[in-house]
Amino acid sequence: MATTVPHPSSARPWTALRDRLLKVAELVTTPLLPTDYLDLVDPLRSGADLRGRIEAVQHETRDAATLVIRPGRGWRTHTPGQYIRLGIDVNGVRQWRAYSVTSDLGRQDGCITITVKAIPDGKVSNHLVHRTRPGTVIQLDQAAGEFVLPAERPGKALFITAGSGITPVMGMLRNRAHDDATDVVLVHSAPTADDVIFAGELRALAAGGRIRLVERHTDADGMLDPATIAELVPDLHERSTYACGPVGMLEALEAHWETAALTDRLYTERFRPRVLVTGEGGTVSFARSGTTVDADGATPILDAAEDAGVLMPSGCRMGICYGCVLPLREGAVRDLRNGEITTAAPGDGVLIQTCVSAAAGACDIDH
Amino acid sequence: MTALQKKPENPIAHLSAEDIEIIGKELDTIRQEVRDSLGEDDATYIRRVIDVQRKLELGSRAALLASMFPPAWLIGTVGLSVAKILENMEIGHNILHGQWDWMRDPKIHSTTWEWDMASPAAQWKHSHNELHHTYTNVIGKDNDLGYGIMRVDEDQRWHPLYLAQPLWNFINACFFEYGIAAYDLELGKNLATKKRRSNPEFRAAATQVLKKIRNQAGKDYLIHPILSGPSFLPTLAANFTANVVRNLWSHSVIMCGHFPEGVETFEKTSIDGETRGEWYVRQMLGSANISGSKAMHLMTGNLSHQVEHHLFPDLPSNRYAEIAPRVKDIFDRYGLTYHSAPLYTQVASAWHKVIRLSLPNGWLAATTPKNAPAQIVKLVRMTTGGPKVRRALQQAA
Repeated sequence: MATTVPHPSSARPWTALRDRLLKVAELVTTPLLPTDYLDLVDPLRSGADLRGRIEAVQHETRDAATLVIRPGRGWRTHTPGQYIRLGIDVNGVRQWRAYSVTSDLGRQDGCITITVKAIPDGKVSNHLVHRTRPGTVIQLDQAAGEFVLPAERPGKALFITAGSGITPVMGMLRNRAHDDATDVVLVHSAPTADDVIFAGELRALAAGGRIRLVERHTDADGMLDPATIAELVPDLHERSTYACGPVGMLEALEAHWETAALTDRLYTERFRPRVLVTGEGGTVSFARSGTTVDADGATPILDAAEDAGVLMPSGCRMGICYGCVLPLREGAVRDLRNGEITTAAPGDGVLIQTCVSAAAGACDIDH
Repeated sequence: MTALQKKPENPIAHLSAEDIEIIGKELDTIRQEVRDSLGEDDATYIRRVIDVQRKLELGSRAALLASMFPPAWLIGTVGLSVAKILENMEIGHNILHGQWDWMRDPKIHSTTWEWDMASPAAQWKHSHNELHHTYTNVIGKDNDLGYGIMRVDEDQRWHPLYLAQPLWNFINACFFEYGIAAYDLELGKNLATKKRRSNPEFRAAATQVLKKIRNQAGKDYLIHPILSGPSFLPTLAANFTANVVRNLWSHSVIMCGHFPEGVETFEKTSIDGETRGEWYVRQMLGSANISGSKAMHLMTGNLSHQVEHHLFPDLPSNRYAEIAPRVKDIFDRYGLTYHSAPLYTQVASAWHKVIRLSLPNGWLAATTPKNAPAQIVKLVRMTTGGPKVRRALQQAA
C-alpha cells in the first residue's frame, strides 16, 4: 500500500515537537487523554481512532441499501475487492461486521460506499439497511482482504456471485476491472430480477459491451451450480475465476475446480466461517477481567464473551485475520471449522482464535 | 447499634428461609427485566452525561484562565466542582462498576476507564467492587465501615482516642480521595510490619498510587495554574476548592449510604454459606437511600438509590429510579424497613452516629442539660483513667 513518507530531515523536528506538545497536553488532561476531548469536536480528525460518518443511505432493492461513508482523515484507501470492518451501535451495543467496499476509487467527494443486504434476523444488516440515519458516526478499520485482482490482470476473468456476493465484484467493476481484463463474464444469481443489487449499472455495462452478464433468478432457474455454470460459460477453465456468495455455492465451486485440478485459478470470498463441528461447551473464565462465562459448544468464545460484557479483541470474525487471538492458559477448545481440539496445560499459553473456537471443556483465557 | 445477630429483636426474625429465597427470586426478576430492556436510550444517556461533563470541565477550566477576576474565579470554581462531582459519581463510579460494559464501547468500559481521583481505578475496583459490595456492612470484613479508622459499632470497645473521631471523619471528608487511595492500598495494615512494607506487590501498588497522585496534583496544582499565567494562585486555589468540594460531597453521599441510624451491620460468621437470597437481604438491610430531586440523584451518581445500587451494582444507574418503587414494594410486603430520607436528615443522622460512637456507650443518650456536669466529670475520668476505671464506670452506667 502506498503511503506518503515525509522527508526525514524535515520530519524529525516536527515529530519531536509534536510528541513534546502531546506530552504537555497529556499533563493537562490526565487521567484522560487529549483525544477524549478532541473527539467531542471532531471525531473524524487525523490522529483519531478511525471512524466514519454516514452521509447518505441509498436504497438499492427492497432489502439492500448502499451506505455512503465519509471516512476519517486516517483512512488509507482500499484495493477494489477488499472489505472494511465496521462497528456500529445497535440498540446501544457495539457490533462489528465486515462489508466489501463498492465505491469507485476516483470519487470526487472522498467518500466510500458499502452495500448491505438485510438478511433475515440479521441484527446489524437490518439496522444498517432500514434504520440508519445520515449523520451517524461509526467505527472503521482499514481495508483488508485478499480478494483482489492481481497487478497483472488476467486476460479472461469470470466472476460468479450470488446475492450480496456481488458487492466485492462491483467494487472491482466500478474500478474498471473490465478495461484491463478485456474479457469479463459475470454470472450473477439472485432470487428474482428485482432482487439484483446494482441491476441498472450491471445491465448498462453489459449493454455497452463491457462485460458479458448472465443473470440467473433462483425463483425461476433454481440455484446456481457448477454444471450450469459450465454450460453458461463453456471456456470457464481458461478463466481466472472470482466467486463470492453463500457457503454452499462456494463449496460446490471449490469441489468442481478441484476435480478439474484448477484450484489455483479459483479465488473465493466468504462473509462467514463455515461451521462444521460443534461439541459440548464449557465454562470459560477470563482471569484478568474476572469474568466467567458458560459457553455452549456451538458458540465462538468471542461471541460468548462479548455477550457477557467482556471487551474482546476482534477482527474478521471468520478465522482469517488473527485479530482476536488470545492465550489459552489451560483447557480445551474446538475449532468450529474442522473440529480440531486444541488443549493447553497450565503455563502453555496456547494462542487461539476466539472467533472460530468454541469451548470444549473448562477454559482459562489470559485476558 | 449492634450487629444484627446480637440484637434482642432481630428485624428478619419473621422471615422464613423460604421467604428469603422468594425475595431473591423477585429481585432476580427485576434485574433480568432491566437487563433485557437496555438499549439505545441508555447508551445515549451515559454518552450525554459524559459529553456535558467534559464540556463543563473545559468551560470551567477556560474561565479559570482569567481567575484573577473574581467573577471568573467563582464561575470556574463552581463549574469545576460540579464537573468533578459528575466525573466521580455518575460517570466514574458507575462505569467502574461495569454498569456500561454491555455497550461494548472500549471508551466507556470498566476495564479501560481511569478517573479523576487519587486512587487508580484498578485498585479501587478491587477494594470497592470485590470487597465492599461482597461483604457489605460485615464488621471486620467491610472496611468501608469506618475505613478502619473509626469506631462504627457499640460492640467495638471504646478508647479515649475515639473522642477525636468526629475530627478524623471531617479531615477524611476534606481529603477523601487520598483517604480512599490509602484505604485501597490497605496502608495501615501494610505499613505495620517490615515484611509487609517490602512485599513487592504492595510496593508496586504504592508506586502506581504515587504516580497517579503526582499526575493528578501536577494537573490541578501546577500545570493549570501555570497556564493561567498571572492568575496562577487564584487558579490553584480554585482547583483546590473544587477538589475539597468534590471530596466533601462524595464523602457525605457515601456516609449516607451505609451509616445512618437504623442501617444494620452483620457479624463475620453470619455470612458463612450465605445464599443468594440472604445476600440480597443483607444488602436491603445494610443500605439507606436519599430522597430528593432528579438533579440530586444525578449529583450523587444515583447513589441516592443506594438500596437499589447495592442490590444491582452492575445495572446502569439511570434505571435505579424506575425500579425503586418495585424494590420498596418488596420491603413493604416482607415487613422490612426501607430507609429513605432527605440528604440533610441522612447526613445529620450519620454524623450523629459518628459522634455517639466517639463517646462511651450510652453516654450521649444519657446526657441531659441537668446531668451534664456529672456526665462530663465521668467522661473525663474515663478518658484519663486506665482500662479498669473505664470498665467499672461503663458497667455502672
